[in-house]
Parts: sequence; structure tokens; C-alpha cells
Amino acid sequence: MLRITCPHCGVRDEVEFRYRGDASVQRPPADADAAAFVAYVYERDNPRGWHHEWWYHAAGCRQYLQLWRHTVTHTIHAVGTATDTLTPPHGMVDR
Amino acid sequence: MSGPRRITTGLLTDASRPVEFSFDGRRVRGLHGDTVASALLADGARLVGRSFKYHRPRGIVTAGHEEPCALVDLQSADGPAPNRPATIVEIADGLEVVSQNRWPSLSFDLMAVNGLFAPLFSAGFYYKTFMWPGKAWERLFEPAIRRAAGLGVLDRAERGQQTTQPHTEEPVHDHTDVLVIGSGAAGLAAARRLAGSGVRVMLLERDVVAGGGTLLDPRWAAWRTAALEDIATDARLRVLTRTQVIGAYDHGVFAAVETLPPSAQGGGAAASPRERLRVIRTRRVLLATGANERWIACSGNDRPGVMQAGAALAYLRRYGVAVAERPVLFTNNDWAYESAVALHEAGVRIAAIVDPRPASAAAARATAVGITVHHGAMVTAIEGRREVRTVQVARSDGQALTTIQTDGVLLSGGHQPESALATQAGGSLQWREDLAAFAAVLPDRLGATAGAVAGSFGLAAATRDGEAAASRIAAVLGSTRAPDTRARSGTSPTDAPPADPETSPLLALWEVPGRGKAFVDLQHDVTVEDIRQAHREGYTHIEHAKRYSTHGMATDQGRIGGLLGAAVLAAARGQTLPEVGLPTPRPYIHPTTFGALAGGEVGAHLRPVRKFPAHASHVALDATFVPAGLWLRPLVYSQTPGWEPVLRESRAVREAVGVGDASSLGKVDVQGPDAARFLDYIYANRFSTLAVGKARYGIMLREDGCLLDDGTTSRLGERHFLLTTTTANHTAVLEHLEFQSQVVHPEWDVQLTDVTDQWAQFSIAGPRARDLLQRVMPGQDLSNTAVPFMAALPAHIAGVRGRLFRISFSGELAYEVAVPTDRADEVWNALLEAGRPLGVLPYGVDALNTLRTEKGHVTTAELDGNTTAYDLGFERMLKADGDYVGRVLARRPGLTSSTRRQLVGLRPIRKDAKLVAGAILVDPAAPKVNIGDVTSCTPSVLVEGWVGLGLLAGGRGRIGSRLLAVSPLHGESTEVEIITPHWFDPENARVRA
Repeated sequence: MLRITCPHCGVRDEVEFRYRGDASVQRPPADADAAAFVAYVYERDNPRGWHHEWWYHAAGCRQYLQLWRHTVTHTIHAVGTATDTLTPPHGMVDR
Repeated sequence: MSGPRRITTGLLTDASRPVEFSFDGRRVRGLHGDTVASALLADGARLVGRSFKYHRPRGIVTAGHEEPCALVDLQSADGPAPNRPATIVEIADGLEVVSQNRWPSLSFDLMAVNGLFAPLFSAGFYYKTFMWPGKAWERLFEPAIRRAAGLGVLDRAERGQQTTQPHTEEPVHDHTDVLVIGSGAAGLAAARRLAGSGVRVMLLERDVVAGGGTLLDPRWAAWRTAALEDIATDARLRVLTRTQVIGAYDHGVFAAVETLPPSAQGGGAAASPRERLRVIRTRRVLLATGANERWIACSGNDRPGVMQAGAALAYLRRYGVAVAERPVLFTNNDWAYESAVALHEAGVRIAAIVDPRPASAAAARATAVGITVHHGAMVTAIEGRREVRTVQVARSDGQALTTIQTDGVLLSGGHQPESALATQAGGSLQWREDLAAFAAVLPDRLGATAGAVAGSFGLAAATRDGEAAASRIAAVLGSTRAPDTRARSGTSPTDAPPADPETSPLLALWEVPGRGKAFVDLQHDVTVEDIRQAHREGYTHIEHAKRYSTHGMATDQGRIGGLLGAAVLAAARGQTLPEVGLPTPRPYIHPTTFGALAGGEVGAHLRPVRKFPAHASHVALDATFVPAGLWLRPLVYSQTPGWEPVLRESRAVREAVGVGDASSLGKVDVQGPDAARFLDYIYANRFSTLAVGKARYGIMLREDGCLLDDGTTSRLGERHFLLTTTTANHTAVLEHLEFQSQVVHPEWDVQLTDVTDQWAQFSIAGPRARDLLQRVMPGQDLSNTAVPFMAALPAHIAGVRGRLFRISFSGELAYEVAVPTDRADEVWNALLEAGRPLGVLPYGVDALNTLRTEKGHVTTAELDGNTTAYDLGFERMLKADGDYVGRVLARRPGLTSSTRRQLVGLRPIRKDAKLVAGAILVDPAAPKVNIGDVTSCTPSVLVEGWVGLGLLAGGRGRIGSRLLAVSPLHGESTEVEIITPHWFDPENARVRA
């Protein structure tokens, strides 16, 4: 079970959160074509290593948190709110 | 003296307190402190069970949690418990113990004939034999296998009772800085080092007392006492015994099951002891879980009377029991000699020690006290049917040496560190050639391993290892306070740790060649030949060989023979053990009852219940309730089954007036300068043009273009909206709104507040709805001019300040009133009271479903996650301009095609035929092609017979045609006419009346 340090609520158990997926994808502009939106909705990397992702604190502050999680060790690098600028783990760049 | 084999005083048993229990109906006397196994051994018992596959006679193999053979069923006044290891069950007066897996009796087991057909039951037997035909599996093979192969038996009636008589406590959540698992020499030394250092410590021990291996060596009593005294001085250091850690999880989370001592359970016989799940969160873990003594694969190594050498020492020290009168020790290492020497000193005649090594330090000590040691020799066969009678000894080159008469064989193939938790926590295994074992290592960020689990064998070595690991962890955690001055080990002359005896290296020995079955897994009856066969048939990976042969998949999880099987596989592969490895152990590492995991969350306490604010009033009206998510919704205000009460409520709405409770609708308050803009983005239709004081029906899409939810949203002010969701999608919609607001458009100033629980909402529907409402709102102008269709206004209802909406789901003139939750009962009752002269009836979810199905309104039955706006006929609601969620992908050709399943109305041709929700729609000309299904259906109060809604391929183009609604499950086939879903009052004249 992951333990996520919510910037609002402190260290909380994974069961309070809902995983919302890849935080590196961004919604295309409104005038983008269907292919861009298909990529936004469906296309995901499945990395072995660091992953930038959204976690929704459903049973807490109801805020979307962004964090970097290592998919092998489950180490969490940094946690921030939706508008924070997180420093990626060493060697990682966000898309 | 409570059993002929009780030869001395045990550390745990109380000779002044005899206890009597029964084993297979026979009365057995033991002592307070005995386990079932120690009492049976004291009584001279050998045969205590039958094996899983071959039904071979089996005895007691261990003295602890890893017991593979002596599993028993327990019976007591509070119910039965199956599959309990006799080696850890404490006896109590009146406890009934029943052996397992034998029929009709333990000494005469008819199923033992399986042993004669052993070639049939080889590795992969289940996969190969019961392949076909499919039906035979369900009716013939599975019941037969279950009857023949099962271990313990759960009593059905008792399982039902457990909801009312739970055997478990509420789970406890613990937080600590350091979790020390295991209280042997390493664990105790580590905890003692941390005592007084300022960090919070939990020390867990699964045994009934702390001490681990120090309990088996009297020289360590003084040290143990001193260590426990030091530990007790620190109030921040908690020691829990009888607590088995069952799993290690990410981020320092561990699960453990604590068994309450008999004294906490009334002291009487309890088959199922009270258990408490503990979820422990720790900053660091210190694993001092010790090691398990492993088996040697030699012929007949499963005979009753063959036991781990260390177990024999445990029975002597802990319970004062000699497990045999003239035992043979077969060992490849020096540690096991301690058992033989201790038994010898207690007066037991050791028949011989058989050791493949040419010489050793321990052998010299044994010889010095007069014990015969056969060097360079191996036990090639253990013989005797229901108990051990003789062993055959040969020289290492195979030359027969001697036959020894004996009544017990103590086996020791070395020790394998108890590494399961280390592996789960994220540690690694390192092969140690000197120990012929895998030692466990944890990275610093997780904690440390210490003692035997880390490969430091010997009690004194373990204390040094434990102290060092504790110091490292304390430093990492930044403990600044100096340890308590008394909390130092080895400084006082009376409690200095005794030195470890000199030991010679072991000789790796996995398998002794010979005839007859040599087992590597005693519980699942897996032999060395099964492992080789798995390899021959291509299952060469350790994980594949494990599953194919079931080796290591029994309740002991390969603790005794796991490494043996891996070694046999390695030999077959021509590789080394480190190349083959061990299979990954998963939680739970020890058998765990469902009851312990469930805690108090059983029956009515399984999930929380959300009750409507006016729940008490619905109960008073004799409502039948239906669960909807966590909600309990009034289904119908009657206890009479069938449609009659539902249709009576529906008719009241169509002909007079009904009052319904819609409080479970999701309600989200949306405020802010950008609220209108946000809703334009959330909904596919437009809300920025909505006038203050008005409501509008809206549909929202997911980004993939399918419908997410629908509902009415009202504009209460220029920057203030109240959004409603369906009951089912409330949580999902709220999460969606937050995502769009926080992540996609954080620049918009919008505040979302879930007010579902703050407002009760009632609908008043029917031609007399206005009359009713006027009686509770005497001063209010309710005319069509003042309160037109889709009005949303502040109002006082029965004197309570709230909101009035003119919206309709039933197709009738209808209003909804919202009042604060704490006034719900009052307003609900006022509405019913006011409506009494008008013929009002309360109506439930079933009647609401009848009314909306007739009107052609959709619910989550139709909004099934795959439907689009085009499918439901909402395509004209899609905004032509402006961005909104799902806009681009909703226009994909595949989502707008007229061949997709579209919403239609359904009516059986025969008026006495009914519809079944979920029935499949087929064309009689092509009856095997599913072209749609019935999503909603009800008897009608508007027309004769049933009506329904469905999703039908190209549905709008099929209106007027006839299809079949078939439900093979119900054996029904009904001819239906496809009609428009909006056949009732399509002009909305009644709604606008």
C-alpha cells in the first residue's frame, strides 16, 4: 500500500486516493483534430521506471495531486497540487 | 505425569495444571501451556494425520508455525475451525481435536489405496487427467476431487452463524518508527539497543512468549530476562506476542494477525481464537525472522516419527517431552547436534548420529559424551508403516553400513533463512555457499535484516548483528538521545551473552539416492521424482515447476522443503541453486482466516449505509428499501411483493398526485465568476444562456465522446448554479468536475461544493400537484406565469426556507422542493398531510421507474457508458460552437452512425405478455443475431400490458417493425413492436399544464 504525502492532508494511505493516470498528457487545444484527441484519451506509455501521474484525494481534500512514482520500487519522488511545478527525478523530463 | 514421554519440566508447561481434551474422540491429558502436538507427543502418539494426495500416514514434523503435516480440525462450543496446525494450537479443557483427510478412520484409511496408483497422481495430474468433456468437470470430476482431496471441512451452518457471532476484533492501525519482527536473539538485542533512544518501536513475536531460539538454551535465560527488563522500561517500545506478520507491503506497511491469549477469551476451549488484524505503518523495519530447518530428501522421510531436529529440542525445552525413546539424528551440520546432546543429557538414549561429513567439532563433543556417530554416512531409507521402525544407513559411496532400530528420526539438512517478508518488502536474496542457503538483505531505505535471516547463525552472533542493525537504523532516523544506560547488552557479568559453540562447516546435502518416495513437500505429497518430471515436461523455470508440481504451494509454503525442490530442479537443469532461485512468496505468508481480515465488517457492517434524511418517515410508511450504491432508497411503500402496490402508486401520480423522495440525487453547488463558462465546457449543451431562476436539462460527455451523465442544472444567481447528477454517477461526476476544474482549466475561477447531504429533495407529481403545493405554500403564486415549466426559485415550503423547482421526470405536472436535511421529515409529512384530501400517495423507485419508462426518459440503464448523444436522440443538444468535453471525439463516424444501437420504445404484441430487462432483441428472420436488448420495462398504467425501452441497432429506422425479445435464462420469447420512446404526451401538454 502506497503512502502518499498530500500537501493539504499529510501522509495518507493509498485507499483514500483514486488513481487518475498519466499526468504528462495534456488536453489538445479545442481546434485540434480527432487524432490529437485520440492520442490524449487513449495513447499511454507504460514505463518501467519513473512515471508522472495524477492521484485524486477522493476521501480527503478532493484535490488532484501530481506525483512522480517509480513503477518498480513504488518510490514517490515528489508530490504537488495540480498547478505546482514539480522537479522531475534525476534524468527525467516531462513531456 | 500427563503422558509417558514427559520426562522433565518444560519452560512453558505448568505441571500443577492438568488439562484434558479429546483427539478423535479419545481423551488425552496434557498440561496447561501444552500445544495439541506437545500433549500428543507426551502421550506417545505418532500418527496424527493423512497426507493430501496419497493419504500416507503422517506425524508431527515441526514445533511451530511451519507445520506441514499435523493439521487438525477443532471443535468447541463456539464452532469449528479447520486446518489448524496442532503445533501451535494451545490445549484447553473440553477442546475436541479431529484428525483430517482420513476415511473412515485415521489408522485405517481406505483412500490410502491412492498410494498404490502413485504413477497416476504424478506432477501435472490435474492438468492432464480431467481435460474433457467440459460437462464432466462440473458434475463428476470436481465433486470427486473435492471429496477425496480436501483437508479440513467448514461447517455450512456455522459459517452462516459467524455473521452474528464474529470471532474477530476490530482491526487496529499502528504507527511506529521501527518495526522489529521476531524476538529471538537478534530481535531482542535490537529492541534493547533501541530502548530509550527516543524512537517508537514495536517488537512482534508470533510465539506465545518472546525469546525465539534463546528459549531452547538454558544458558541464555539470564540474558533474555535482562533484555526483556530493559525493554519494559521504555513506554514507547511495545512488545506483542502471538502476533504473526502475514504480509509486507509498499512504503513500510505491514499486516499482522494478533491472536488473543485464552485468558482474554474467557479461558475456555475455543476452536477459533479471537483474532485481531493489525495494519502497521513504520518508517523502518528490522527483520529478525530467523531460519527454518530444512528437510533432506531420502526415502521414507515422511514416516510418522520423522521430525526436524530442532523441533525435538523445542519439545524437550518448552514442554519437557522426549519425542522418542531411541532416536536417530541424521544431519549435515553442527547446529543439529545440540538436539541429540540435550536429549542425551535428559536421559534419552540416542541410537546413533548419521553425518555425511568425515568429522566435525560438534561430532567430537557428541562422541565425548558417549553418543555413537557414523561419519561419512547417510540414511538411505526410513522404514515402518504407521511409525518409524528402522533406518538403513550406508556409506556416502552407497555401500550399506548398518540397520538401526529406532522410533524416531531427527532430520536436519541445514537452515534456510525465513526470507518471505524480506522479499515482499523489496529486499533481495544472496546465496551463501558456506550455509548452502539464501540470506535476506534489505536496502537501508527500508530497514535491515539481522540474525539468522541475514545469515548470522548462532545466538551470540545474532545479538551482535541485531545491535549493529539497530544502531544503523537509529542513526538513519536521527535518534539523538543516548540510549538508556541500562540498555546495553553484555555489560553485566550475569547477563552477558554466552559464547556460541565452535562449529564446523556444513556439507550441502539435498537428496540421498535410494528407492521409494523421497518427499520435498510433505503436505502436497511432492517427491523428487515429481520435480524431475516437471523438468522433463518443460516446466524448467522455478515458478513453473512450482505450479506444475504444486511444490511449495501448501500452507507451509515450502518452508521445510522449498530449497530441496529448487536444488533437485537445479541438478536436473545442470545449473547452480543461485541460478535457479526460489519462487516469490506472496502475502499472506501464513494461513489467515477470512474472519481476521474482515474484522467487524460483516453482515450489516460490511459497508456504510446512507439513509435518506426522511428515512424514519419512510420506515413509518412501511416502505420496502432497495440498496442503490450505499443508499437505501424506498422501493415501494408496501411489504406486499409484486406489481400491484407499485402500480397503485403510479396511478396516483397519473390520476391525482404522488410524493416521492429524490434526495439521493447528486447535488453540486457551482459558484464563481467563471461558473457559466465552466458549465458550458462540462455540458454538451449550453448553460451560459440560462436565465437566473430557471433550470435546464443537460447532458455531459466523457472526453471519448460517450455520455457520462444527465440531469437538470439550475441557475440560482448570475455566478451561482446548482448541478444535479444521477444517484449512480454522483461520485464519478464529482471526480470528473474536479479534474476538469483543477487540471484542465485551473485558470477559471470556479468553486465546487458537494451539497448532496445538505439538501433533502422531494418530488410532487400529478395533475393535482399544484393544488397540493398551494396548501403548503399558501402565499405563493404558483401560476404558469409565476412558476413556469423549468422554473427554479427560492421558496418557503411548509414554513421551511428552501427551493422550488418545476421539473418533471414522470411526464406529469410536477415540482421538486429542496429543504435542508434537518427539516426533511417535517416537510415530507406536511406534503402527505396536505395531499390527503387530494388522494396523494407516496411513491417509491419502482413507481418512478414505471412513470419514466412510459415517458421515455433514460436512466443509467440506458446511460450505460457506451451510449452517445446520437444513440439516445440527443444530437440536437450538442453545441455547434464552443469547446466542451467530448466535443471532438463525439463526432467520430463510429459514434454517430445510424446503424448503432439507438433508443426505442417497446410494446409486446400480446397484451398478456411481459418483458424481461436484459432480454435480447432479435429479428425472427435471423434469430441468432443479437441486434439489441431490453434496458427498461414495466407494466403500464397508461396502456394495457407492458411497455419498455431498449437499445436497438438502427432502432429509429425500425420503428413499426416487429422483433422478438428473447431471454434464454428465463425461457421467454415475446414478440414486440418497436415504437417511438416518446409515445406518451409528446407535446408535453401535461407537464406544462
